[in-house]
Amino acid sequence: MIVNRRETLTGRVLLILLMVITVVPFISLFVTALHPSGTYPDGLSWPDSPQWGNFADAFRSAHMGELLLSSALIVAGVVPVSLLLGTMAGFAFGHLRMPGHRIGFLIFVLGLTLPFEGIITPLYYQIRDMGLLNTRWAIILPLIGLFMPFSVLWMRAHFVTMPEDISEAARIDGATTWQLFRSVHVPLARPALSSLAILLFLWTWNQFLLAIVLVDDPAKRTMAGALGAFQGQWGTDIPLLCAGSLLILAPTLTVFLIFQRRFVAALLQGSVKG
Amino acid sequence: MAIRSGSAPRTPAAPGRRTRRPGAWLGWLFVAPAALMYTVFVLRPLLFTVQYSFYDWNGIGASTWVGLENYTRLFTDAEQFAPILHAFELILFFSGIPVVLGLFVAATIRGIATSRLALVARTVLFLPQVIPLVAAGIMWTWLLSSTGLANELLSAVGLEGLTRAWLGDFGTALPAVGVIGAWVLVGLCTLLLLAGMSKIDPALYESARLDGAGPIREFFAITLPSLRQEIGVCVTVTVIAALASFDIVYIATQGGPGNSTMVPGLEIFYLAFSEREVGRASALAVVLVALVLVCVLPIQRFTRDGNR
Repeated sequence: MIVNRRETLTGRVLLILLMVITVVPFISLFVTALHPSGTYPDGLSWPDSPQWGNFADAFRSAHMGELLLSSALIVAGVVPVSLLLGTMAGFAFGHLRMPGHRIGFLIFVLGLTLPFEGIITPLYYQIRDMGLLNTRWAIILPLIGLFMPFSVLWMRAHFVTMPEDISEAARIDGATTWQLFRSVHVPLARPALSSLAILLFLWTWNQFLLAIVLVDDPAKRTMAGALGAFQGQWGTDIPLLCAGSLLILAPTLTVFLIFQRRFVAALLQGSVKG
Repeated sequence: MAIRSGSAPRTPAAPGRRTRRPGAWLGWLFVAPAALMYTVFVLRPLLFTVQYSFYDWNGIGASTWVGLENYTRLFTDAEQFAPILHAFELILFFSGIPVVLGLFVAATIRGIATSRLALVARTVLFLPQVIPLVAAGIMWTWLLSSTGLANELLSAVGLEGLTRAWLGDFGTALPAVGVIGAWVLVGLCTLLLLAGMSKIDPALYESARLDGAGPIREFFAITLPSLRQEIGVCVTVTVIAALASFDIVYIATQGGPGNSTMVPGLEIFYLAFSEREVGRASALAVVLVALVLVCVLPIQRFTRDGNR
């Protein structure tokens, strides 16, 4: 490719500028978190004596241990079930192609662009009537339903590319449809499944609206939901609020940095399919 | 719909010739659990949203049928309608800036796509996508506050006159919220567009250069047309993010000052759970869902046609 030097240079400068703009809010948050609590520090000034204890204070008073456990429980409830149900339906729509599969799939796809705000009001009354308000089930069950359109679409896109011959061979060996699914197709679907798991984990962990509407007790919410309560509690103590925010976004950030290649790939593909 | 499904190597399904197995209907058993969850927690509430929208109900007592009154009120009362206009203004920021900036940046860094810098950028630019929107809201609330970094920078370059509490000022609050959204989405768009560019045949560029095209001609003649699909995806994702915005606004401004940053998502939340106006909240919810469909479907059609 013919690219001249000046173009390359502008490219680098632009890219670096964009990276700086992306990172500065994080740095500002971090630096502010190190100032004495109750002060209004200036933008990016490094404190005279960094208050590392702010993180411990925020961890304690926000009951961060409890919050982590709560979010983990919600993720553990949502992600495996969504994966299983989405894979089964995606397998049927993409591979078994039973009579009427087109219409069935279309009905799922209809939910793809649905904003959560569109159903939050009746959902509240439904969850209340089910007696689940203020329990983690109030977040887990609706999220499984709300993630279904995307999960089904994602897994169907995988199964549609699977050659028929694989199944024919297994059928000749006498496999039932369930065995075919369980022992042949699920193992082959591992890459698609792990990308989907990453996306579902992220969306669950960061879910805010359902958490604040359906669960009053911050200790039973997702991390993002708890952060909302956190802001109400400490809206005026900027350094502690910043320390708390950092603690709350640290888990996703860590997971992202460890699995970043998969993350970026999954998120890019995810938006293409959505 | 999978936008790429057209290019996927699909097994030729020959419905006529394939003999239907006795267990052909069995597939529905595999769909049943997913369908159950989807019906109970999405379709059922969606139908009830439509039903509630025709009633005057405070969520506790008896409800009264009011026909289309909730809707007529929404479209005739300027204050009620404002959130919808705000949502469209946010599209300029959530969608316009990330797509234009993303195109520009992706095009200029195409040449260095394999360098270490580009690899680091891939990670860094994605950071805003990974953290909760709530956290983005808190970060930026602090940056844009009267003692925050934005004002400090303005003062440093001698523009003290411009400093203000950006999120607390009637004139700047909505654009400030828009900037937060743009910050979140610009990295996603840049990387999506870069990924699209990497699929363009380099020979096209070689021949364009031989014909004497400069970088700008090249961009409009080759890059832009080839990215039709990716641009469609960016616009779809960001328009939905703008119309259905909630988290950032809830944290950064709560809809204020006044109602200057009130968006449909937040208004639904307040109407339903603070003001106990379930009917009006539901009418707005129906309109929001319809708006998303009206905005997104043409974009999907536009990109699908480019596929042929």
